[in-house]
Amino acid sequence: MFFLEHIWLIPLFPALGAAGMFFFGRKLDDAHDKKWVNGICVGVVVLAFLWTCGSVYQYTQYAAVEHGKPFEKVMYTWLGSNTGLTTYHTASGAPAEFKAEAGFLLDPLSSIWLLFVTGVGMLIHIYSTGYMKHDGGYYRFFGYLNLFMFSMLTLILGNNLAMMFVGWEGVGLCSYLLIGFYFHKKSASTAANKAFITNRVGDAGVLVGMFTIAWYFGSINFMKVTEIARSGIFHTGDYWITFATIALFIGACGKSAQLPLYVWLPDAMEGPTPVSALIHAATMVTAGVYMVARTNALYTLAPTSMKVVAIVGALTAIFAASIGLVQNDIKRVLAYSTVSQLGYMFLALGLGAFTAGVFHVFTHAFFKALLFLGSGSVIHAMSGEQDMRFMGALRKKIPVTFRTMFIGTLAIAGIPPLAGFFSKDEILWQAWSSHDGAFRALWMIGFATALMTSFYMFRLITLTFFGESRMTHDVEHHVHESPKSMTGPLVILAICAVFAGFLGIPKSLGGTNIFEKFLEPVFTTEHAVAAEAAVAPEKAPAKEEKTDYTEYELMLASIGAAGLGWMMANRSYGKAAKDFKEPLREFSQPVYNTLLNKYYVDEAYDYTVLGRKKIGPVRLGALGAGEGLWKFDATVIDGGVNGAGWMTKFAGTLSNWWDKWIIDGVLVNGPAMVARVTSYPVRLVQWGLVQWYALVMVFGVVGFVWYYVVR
Amino acid sequence: MAEIGTMHYLVVAAMLFILGVVGVVTRRNVVVILMSIELILNAVNLNLIAFSRLHGLHGQIFSIFVIVDAAAEAAVGLGIVIAFFRNKETVNVDEVDLLKW
Repeated sequence: MFFLEHIWLIPLFPALGAAGMFFFGRKLDDAHDKKWVNGICVGVVVLAFLWTCGSVYQYTQYAAVEHGKPFEKVMYTWLGSNTGLTTYHTASGAPAEFKAEAGFLLDPLSSIWLLFVTGVGMLIHIYSTGYMKHDGGYYRFFGYLNLFMFSMLTLILGNNLAMMFVGWEGVGLCSYLLIGFYFHKKSASTAANKAFITNRVGDAGVLVGMFTIAWYFGSINFMKVTEIARSGIFHTGDYWITFATIALFIGACGKSAQLPLYVWLPDAMEGPTPVSALIHAATMVTAGVYMVARTNALYTLAPTSMKVVAIVGALTAIFAASIGLVQNDIKRVLAYSTVSQLGYMFLALGLGAFTAGVFHVFTHAFFKALLFLGSGSVIHAMSGEQDMRFMGALRKKIPVTFRTMFIGTLAIAGIPPLAGFFSKDEILWQAWSSHDGAFRALWMIGFATALMTSFYMFRLITLTFFGESRMTHDVEHHVHESPKSMTGPLVILAICAVFAGFLGIPKSLGGTNIFEKFLEPVFTTEHAVAAEAAVAPEKAPAKEEKTDYTEYELMLASIGAAGLGWMMANRSYGKAAKDFKEPLREFSQPVYNTLLNKYYVDEAYDYTVLGRKKIGPVRLGALGAGEGLWKFDATVIDGGVNGAGWMTKFAGTLSNWWDKWIIDGVLVNGPAMVARVTSYPVRLVQWGLVQWYALVMVFGVVGFVWYYVVR
Repeated sequence: MAEIGTMHYLVVAAMLFILGVVGVVTRRNVVVILMSIELILNAVNLNLIAFSRLHGLHGQIFSIFVIVDAAAEAAVGLGIVIAFFRNKETVNVDEVDLLKW
């Protein structure tokens, strides 16, 4: 159990690589010889991959002994130890302690994610050594990639929501850094900001969900929460669980580019192509799927949330696929394809078919990474040209790229027996059959999306590799096959895209569906099985018998849809010359324009959510709210402040007047005035001259004498 | 020539008294005023002695008291005058109106 015990090394390896690039990258980055940067950055990811293989192998042995129990390794308590400072009361009133451990959880679900993240990540690292060879900031690029690997592995391995959130934010940061890698390009830095800010909205949802769970369950540890949720003390449809799961799903919408937060992903194609392959196709954008799958016990208790997930997924799938039909930028087609495929995954999750969703994530990682890397190879060959209208007839010039990309296209379009067929068909089958066919409308959407997928992917292939050459002379002259470091990963991924599907061959085709069996401990419990059996004991077998037949029909239908898409694309673009016509444009100009401009969603957001543009005189959205708040501040708050100031001033004036005229004037000076006035007559006789007094005295005496004596 | 009787003394005393009063009221010099006061006191003394011929020795004894009193008064009055002169360099009673306020 050596690898398992030291599972913490898996994220640590890329972290070391990132740290190395951070501190010494500039010194190690040599213009001619990249061996140090390559050695360190690719080496650590290879190490992580090997360690993952070892760990997963040992986990299978561990699980066989422990009856499918997840392996949990706690390093230390990271947030809130036994200090008593983080205690709180849960919804039921029981005391609980907010605690997040630096712990790692390995179960079948995280095993699968680990395997394809490190596997695909390793191939993309190798590919990047060729693709980025002539770009500046080589070490910076690899440092970011390593940092991304670290964050993604933390996200996958975290044993609680907080730990996962650290990785969640880390991948968001790396996504931002890598989209804006060509930071001298205004469009790249804008796209990076757009991605980051859009993701913030979702991240707020994750936080709300996390704290709701902490408050409701008294823990954020995945295993504990799952255990409590499955213990049967909550009834299905519990309001708070529904609230928490919806909040988490908002986060998933942000990270996994679902309606209405998908807008950042197509713009994220401004980043270097390996980044688009690694982050915006294979790994990071599946983090939302991972989170929903990880908290499946909660979603199972919240059928409303499940419905929301399924409907949002289906709508996103067809919405993005329809935009992808007419895009001209090779990477944008793939970006919308990614959004659409992610929609499929959420559709599966929302239907309760967690295994099918995860299986699609797994196969999608291979063929979508392959397609992106292939498109990178095309762009490399075309000296940076990304517009498919100026390509054509490349299949002879870059044969390896063509063959591998063609395999990827067959896989995503759902041509058997490639990987995409099995996973997508599983989802469509679930949409048709689960909940007694209550969601057949979603099956219709999914089926239409499958047709569109096939069409736009073969349109991409046909425009790029078939038809007549529409390149300028200069470009045509420089076309060359990519170096081995780039074609090697393409070949490996192509092999995976062919064979990955065989892990999940459904029983109806004579397979054993190893994948589903492997994942079983994550998604089913004795309790759930018992409950299901109790609800419909006699229905289940009958349904299986009845639908067994339908399953083959549906398979044939989806193969037919894929073939139809191929045919349509081939007919429309097979002989595309320089002045080729878009059939959809010929059919209806307004529809074409709407799709080409992505349903004007960005513009609509500008008017409503962002408020960058005014509707008449009114400004809505964030900027409008800011303006409104500013006005509120300037008038009401400042008015209040000024009013208070004026009141004080007025009171001061009043007090001053009172003091001056009433206190001083009447009460103090008044008596003095009275004394002064009344003293005037007295003062009149006070000459101060003694002789006058004497004279008066003499007259007085004379007077008295005269009065008493003489008269 | 008639015998000098009481009436003569009284007339002389009254004349002295009037001289004194006029002196007190009209003169400006404090010293002269003090001297005039002596005149008034002496007019009184003359009256007392004149009447003592008719009524016994009480009047003479009383006049001795008055002389002592006059001496004391002169001493105090001249002291005030000297003190005042040191402040104001004058003994003119017109310029002395400090009692006014």
